[in-house]
Amino acid sequence: MADKNVSGRIFDIQRYSIHDGIGVRTIVFLKGCALRCRWCCNPESQEYDIQRMTVNGKSKTIGRDVTVKEVMDIVKRDMPYYGRSGGGLTLSGGESLLQPEFAVELLKASKEMGINTAMESMGYAKFDTIMKFLPYLDTYLMDIKHMNPAKHREFTGKENTLMLENAMKIAESRMCELIIRVPVVPGFNDTEREILEIAAYAASLPGVSELHLLPYHKYGQGKYEGLGRPYPMGDAPMIPEEKMEKWKDAVKRHTALHCQIGG
Amino acid sequence: MFTSDVKSIKKTDRITRLVEHLYAKLPEIEAARAELITESYRETEGQPVVMRRAKAFAHILENIPIIIRPEELVAGSSTIAPRGCQTYPEFSYEWLEAEFDTVEHRAADPFYIAEDTKKRLKEANRYWKGKTTSELAYSYMEPETHRAMEHNFFTPGNYFYNGVGHITVQYEKVLQIGFAGIKKEAQEELASCCVGAENYARKSRFLQAVILSCDAVIGYSKRYAKLAQEMAAKEGNAQRKKELLTIAENCAKVPEHGAEGFWEACQSFWFVQQLLQLESSGHSISPGRFDQYMYPYYEKDIENGKLTPEFAQELLDCIWVKLNDLNKCRDAASAEGFAGYSLFQNLIVGGQTVEGKDATNDLSFMCINASKHVFLPQPSLSIRVWNRSPQELLLHAADLTRTGIGLPAYYNDEIIIPALIHRGLSLEDARDYNIIGCVEPQKAGKTEGWHDAAFFNMCRPLEMVFSNGYDNGEIASIQTGNVEDFKTFDEFYDAYKKQMNYNIALLVNADNAIDVAHATLCPLPFESCMADDCMKRGMSLQEGGAVYNFTGPQGFGIANVADSLYTVKKLVYEEKKVSIGELKRALQMNFGQGFDAITAKEIALQVAGQLRDQGREVTPDIIAMTIRNVLTMELPKEEKARYEQIRDMIDELPKFGNDIDEVDALARDAAYTYTKPLETFKNPRGGIFQAGLYPVSANVPLGAQTGATPDGRLAHMPVADGVSPSSGKDVHGPTAACNSVARLDHAIASNGTLFNMKMHPTAMAGEKGLESFVALVRGYFDQKGMHMQFNVVDRQTLIDAQRNPEKYSGLVVRVAGYSALFTTLSKSLQDDIIRRTEQATNR
Repeated sequence: MADKNVSGRIFDIQRYSIHDGIGVRTIVFLKGCALRCRWCCNPESQEYDIQRMTVNGKSKTIGRDVTVKEVMDIVKRDMPYYGRSGGGLTLSGGESLLQPEFAVELLKASKEMGINTAMESMGYAKFDTIMKFLPYLDTYLMDIKHMNPAKHREFTGKENTLMLENAMKIAESRMCELIIRVPVVPGFNDTEREILEIAAYAASLPGVSELHLLPYHKYGQGKYEGLGRPYPMGDAPMIPEEKMEKWKDAVKRHTALHCQIGG
Repeated sequence: MFTSDVKSIKKTDRITRLVEHLYAKLPEIEAARAELITESYRETEGQPVVMRRAKAFAHILENIPIIIRPEELVAGSSTIAPRGCQTYPEFSYEWLEAEFDTVEHRAADPFYIAEDTKKRLKEANRYWKGKTTSELAYSYMEPETHRAMEHNFFTPGNYFYNGVGHITVQYEKVLQIGFAGIKKEAQEELASCCVGAENYARKSRFLQAVILSCDAVIGYSKRYAKLAQEMAAKEGNAQRKKELLTIAENCAKVPEHGAEGFWEACQSFWFVQQLLQLESSGHSISPGRFDQYMYPYYEKDIENGKLTPEFAQELLDCIWVKLNDLNKCRDAASAEGFAGYSLFQNLIVGGQTVEGKDATNDLSFMCINASKHVFLPQPSLSIRVWNRSPQELLLHAADLTRTGIGLPAYYNDEIIIPALIHRGLSLEDARDYNIIGCVEPQKAGKTEGWHDAAFFNMCRPLEMVFSNGYDNGEIASIQTGNVEDFKTFDEFYDAYKKQMNYNIALLVNADNAIDVAHATLCPLPFESCMADDCMKRGMSLQEGGAVYNFTGPQGFGIANVADSLYTVKKLVYEEKKVSIGELKRALQMNFGQGFDAITAKEIALQVAGQLRDQGREVTPDIIAMTIRNVLTMELPKEEKARYEQIRDMIDELPKFGNDIDEVDALARDAAYTYTKPLETFKNPRGGIFQAGLYPVSANVPLGAQTGATPDGRLAHMPVADGVSPSSGKDVHGPTAACNSVARLDHAIASNGTLFNMKMHPTAMAGEKGLESFVALVRGYFDQKGMHMQFNVVDRQTLIDAQRNPEKYSGLVVRVAGYSALFTTLSKSLQDDIIRRTEQATNR
């Protein structure tokens, strides 16, 4: 039985999310991240500490500590829509692997209630930690942002070695569905070569059949202002739709992966 | 049975041109009908009223100018001008004369009217002084009822000024046996009557009126046959000549006789739809289950190779255009309430057969195609959803929703069928339901439902609790005691229930008075010959000829009342942060936000009332001075700050629409204060009252008549729309809003509930967007919600459309229960749409 008294730190719960796993989902955003991706659209997720952020001109507290029970009381409210769509709970962040006790109990509690589970994560943790999640996870939505360790470090603050290893281990475990997601970011990985490198690695992961290309967007820009931080992407351009289509086609040509734009 | 192939049938160029032709000019008011009915009435004085109606109908159909518009495949137009309208002085006419000079330039639904038309109408209207249904209805009402209407507790405007409409007749019967067949039934019924029977006098005249009406319609279609023949003779284009000749053949055959082919069926359907509108000025004359009764003709022609799905689609598209050719001019106030030139011709697809099997067929899909092709507000396309609705049909419907046209509206069989059975319908009849107008379910061809009988503003009785029955300085309702004396929430709530009960009874009085007036002055023999059991009973629908009779006035402002009650319960009686007296004053002072001209006038009238009570003389000068004083009045700083603080406290409270059990439970109970007392009343046709919870777009004008409310809503702002949460108050996304709204008892509101949801386009993008949307609808329906409709637009588009209407003349939005072109709505209504919570889902 899941321990519903375990508590953790989140900054939002978003219902009727439709691009983060199968069906209609409730996303629980956990606070705290190991990476500092320049394009991050949830900058308020990065610090574990509770923060203040200006939203629509009003200062708002970001982050609160909640128990598994409190979260599940909200998650279970959308059971009718999960039932009609195959949806359920998605953990996002931040990085859920940084709050393993809390996150695992959330997944466990969901499975006990018959709710489908997914997690968006970069896989930045010891594999032992990840192993605790896998028995209760239906879909692992894993980011692979770049194959070059140096460039990865330059844009996210960490090298990619551990994450790539974990991706392979997760895939080999065959304990959950693994989907690879690539944030396509201008000036970082927006070339056919770089995307195909990631796709080739994804294709080499046993059991992996899906790759999602997520085009860079600026919805997060206002939050940086609200946090009093400069926007790291400056006025970087959006990725033209034709280019996204072109790369999608390239992935399909070079691999057997099902490739889609967006989640 | 259905095949998916029909989903992708394309629109033809003809349809584009028909739409362009229809919208080329401002619609125009014509005088022909008013003149013809008046001529006829002058000659039939003293005869039975039902015969006078039939003779007038025949006189109109023999003489009204007719036209076949360029490239039409289905003929029949009530006006020469595209989208023109006739007038109906027998119901009311004074408002139109008063608005002769403003109707062309008003904000909502303007109409052109020529000087000559004004003159001709004035001449005809003279006859009707003292003879209209509205005058008779008024004289049947109690003085308290007049007073309640003057003080805006409710407005029965719809049937007070117009014909009733709000019906679905037996289209399938006309398709099968034609008016020759119906006439024969009437003749046989008449022959079987005994001249000495107690009801012979009435019944015989009614049946004779039916026979006369059938002949009139047959004669009218023959006029079109002749016109088409003449046009064909002059036509140079061989293709068009052939079309005109077919139109001539069709009109010579139907609706006199039964239809054989699909094109004939389309023509026959159309004459019924058009002429119901010409007989009386009622709106919401709804085609109903079109995909069901038209299907046999489609199937047979396809099987015999006489028809391709593509041509069938073009015929459907032609009908869809024609449905927008019918129009009606309402008084300025009603035009705001019903904005969008809408006639609410509800056409529904899908659902179940009378045996309880899935009813989806090719035409269900093609009707959705047609709405996509013509992209116009009419018909009000609806879809019946049940547990076994094919996912493919729902996805096709969702694909139409995503265009932003605001169609279709979704209805839940799983709650509507039991609700109708509870109202006395047989299982088969309940399974065969369709929707009238906005959201009102009923069984076609058996029901006189009076579905849109009034708007009742549930916020006004709440105001009366605070004012102890006073409004603008005079008694306007019962006195329930000084609100300051209420020691508990229950005392407060009891006072509200008393205010509700008192005004609901007056609403019933108003509706029943109007009901009697229609039965007395405007029985409709043509409409009645297509509904059971009029012929057997020898009575028109207006007199009680239908199998099922209802009166369905709708309440609105549920969310405001629920949130207000919650405020009073929490802040005043539980947490004791604000005294009830202080809240009363905060409301009077509009939460310290200053007053607009309407409030200033109201306050001045209150002051005048107090002065009068003190026996002092009140001159217009004193009132004018008071208004000036109020407008320039500055509250003391601390007082103003306190009211603002109170409003902030209110803002912090949980609100309906956010999936919070305690608030939602109060909303459910608040709805009962309207729905339960109402269903204890009966109407003169032998039926009961049943509540609806939907406002069309009256939430804007009627909100303008309502002061500040304890939910934090400022004076004269719109009240909440239908059963939807208050504008901008649902902040937890569509599923939370759905869960809250589903907690209301929809079954008891069997005249329909309306849940309006605005969707951001991003929420519906891609296959995933559509699938999720269908899951949202299904999930709401699994919880026994009744109806849902959607606006899929982004705020920027709407704001831009307000500034540049010319750029967006095709922009269609959903306005509470129907669809309208955004740019034709009044500014205040546009603002309200923009304000509604945006359900953006991307972060």
